[in-house]
Amino acid sequence: MEGFLAATVIAGMPLLFATTGEIITEKSGLLNLGVEGLMLMGAIMGFVAGYETGNPWMGLLGAILAGAAGSLIFAFLTITLRANQVVTGLTLTIFGTGFASFMGKSYVGLVVPQTIKDFFVKIHVPLLGDIPFIGPVFFRQDVFVYFGYFLVVLVSLYFYRTKRGLNLKAVGESAASADASGINVMVYKYVHTCIGGALCALGGAYMSLVMMSVWVENVVAGRGWIAVALVIFASWNPIKAFIGAFLFGGLSILGFRLQSMGIHISQYWVDMLPYAATIVIIILSSRKNKKENQPPADLGIAYFREER
Amino acid sequence: MTRFNIIKRDDLPKKREWIIRTLAILFSLVSAGLVILALGFDPLEVFPGMVTGALGTEIRLTQTILKAIPLIVTSLGILVAFKMNFWNIGGEGQILMGALAAAYVALNVEGLPKPVMLLLMAAAAMVAGGIWAFIPAFFKARMGVNETIFTLMLNYIAIKFVTYLQYGPWKSPESQGFPKVATFPDNATLPKLFGIHIGWVIALILVVLVYIFINHTKKGFEIRVVGESKETARYAGMNISSVIIVAMLISGGLCGLTGMIQASAVEKTLAASLSGGYGFTAIITAWLARLNAIAVLFVCFAFAILLQGGSYIQISMQIPAAVADMLQGIILFFVLGSEFFIQYKIGIVRKNIPQKEVA
Repeated sequence: MEGFLAATVIAGMPLLFATTGEIITEKSGLLNLGVEGLMLMGAIMGFVAGYETGNPWMGLLGAILAGAAGSLIFAFLTITLRANQVVTGLTLTIFGTGFASFMGKSYVGLVVPQTIKDFFVKIHVPLLGDIPFIGPVFFRQDVFVYFGYFLVVLVSLYFYRTKRGLNLKAVGESAASADASGINVMVYKYVHTCIGGALCALGGAYMSLVMMSVWVENVVAGRGWIAVALVIFASWNPIKAFIGAFLFGGLSILGFRLQSMGIHISQYWVDMLPYAATIVIIILSSRKNKKENQPPADLGIAYFREER
Repeated sequence: MTRFNIIKRDDLPKKREWIIRTLAILFSLVSAGLVILALGFDPLEVFPGMVTGALGTEIRLTQTILKAIPLIVTSLGILVAFKMNFWNIGGEGQILMGALAAAYVALNVEGLPKPVMLLLMAAAAMVAGGIWAFIPAFFKARMGVNETIFTLMLNYIAIKFVTYLQYGPWKSPESQGFPKVATFPDNATLPKLFGIHIGWVIALILVVLVYIFINHTKKGFEIRVVGESKETARYAGMNISSVIIVAMLISGGLCGLTGMIQASAVEKTLAASLSGGYGFTAIITAWLARLNAIAVLFVCFAFAILLQGGSYIQISMQIPAAVADMLQGIILFFVLGSEFFIQYKIGIVRKNIPQKEVA
């Protein structure tokens, strides 16, 4: 059981990064449906940079740059040129899928260098790692997982305990009011979209560099879309995103687990579970009417200063 | 010191609108060319290669039309939903469920004359695609559930379900271990007209029907009003729930029909790969056509050239077909961006000039 839960934490990591990234983006009022594409761009650029240099930091940097660049295209089109956010996001996904498939053509089947494998080796945290049950599940993981925990804390503090976080909320709730109170709306939207995109890309890079450690085409396989749904499940709260990511991480590896326990269900039925569960979750969360669970009021609406 | 001032344009003449869009496509081709160049290929070889690969010979032209047919029918389906501001991303799943229903009829109903059989298959496909679209439409109409994610998740479920059938209960015993569903009998395959299956006739008829439906019927009008503003629709006394559900039944039904056409005329069986990404590409083509049924015809043909040209350069120049996907993305980025210049004009404001002269 501990082994399964520890694997769940790993399977949940890409979802955690992508969901947190999309929460940051949506907090600024932008609905970026390009998460799947951004994750794929991060997965391939992280892999290429890591493979070519053998340096894990270069791999992560490659992913961050790819994600920031991809979301910059989205930001320019939707913020400055006021294009439809849904269609632009979908286009970003199509572009990202093609980009990753093309860039990865010559890398299919190649394995990440040993230096990178060593970097992402499991680390037993002193003391915490010795706590019964919790230790083996959460504190005998690789550095990326610890960074994931740190990210949740960091983003929560940023949202709820800093002035910038409060400003960001104002931008997403009512860009016109935020603008009137002297907040630079455009800068907030651009910066948070790019940070969000970079985090999505890191989630993708974790899949290609650590989970698979070999390049396979379309490695992300729909997780970007599950992340978009998890944002709703988490009601834009990074801590709930953490819970959601591990629930879904668990669902995605349940099939292997059941088979090893000798329970024979068709793999295709088990594969449907995360998607079916996503549907159940968006239905359930649409019933929540509490004020703090609502999306940012300006989500998906372009801001025109001239039409204020 | 100067700064820019963005002003909403009054209605731009149609001609200038299309000039801006054409410019956008030209710009996108130039930048796509630069990307191709950066990837180490010669755009002056690639672009003409794509065009001759799509239109050069009669066989290639046939291939292009075969790709345009499912794209047109699916785009029409997507268009009906998008008109209503309902983001139906579930075309892939609706196509597959349509194909599944058509295959069930084709493989289980015996002894029908060909026309009856084909009509029955088409009806089953449209019902199945319609049901697959009805589920998210119902939840959207009643509970406001986000349709983008719902329709998308249904794609994955449909793909897994058809794969399950193909590898499991529906696997043909005659396929020697290959995971393949049995081939359709002859009375379940669409006939040909002028060398191409009659899907092209169906597509042309549907273009006209959808155009009339959207622009000249009461339901079409209601769909457009709901898309413009739900408040207006409610104020006018429209039943928004029923408009959403009817529109989605049509949208899913058309996508389901694509599935039947592909299963009956192209694959002659059911396969999980049959939807071929048309459900996603149709989102782009429907949008590029400005949700106009007539324009869908031309945009889809242009995209079919891109798709067929893409697979041709893969064989003839060893350029991965993924380049065509990237080209689609780049072209759409530019066209999306160009809408801004259609809706707004940018004035340059000089500080010493009074504001009213500029505005």
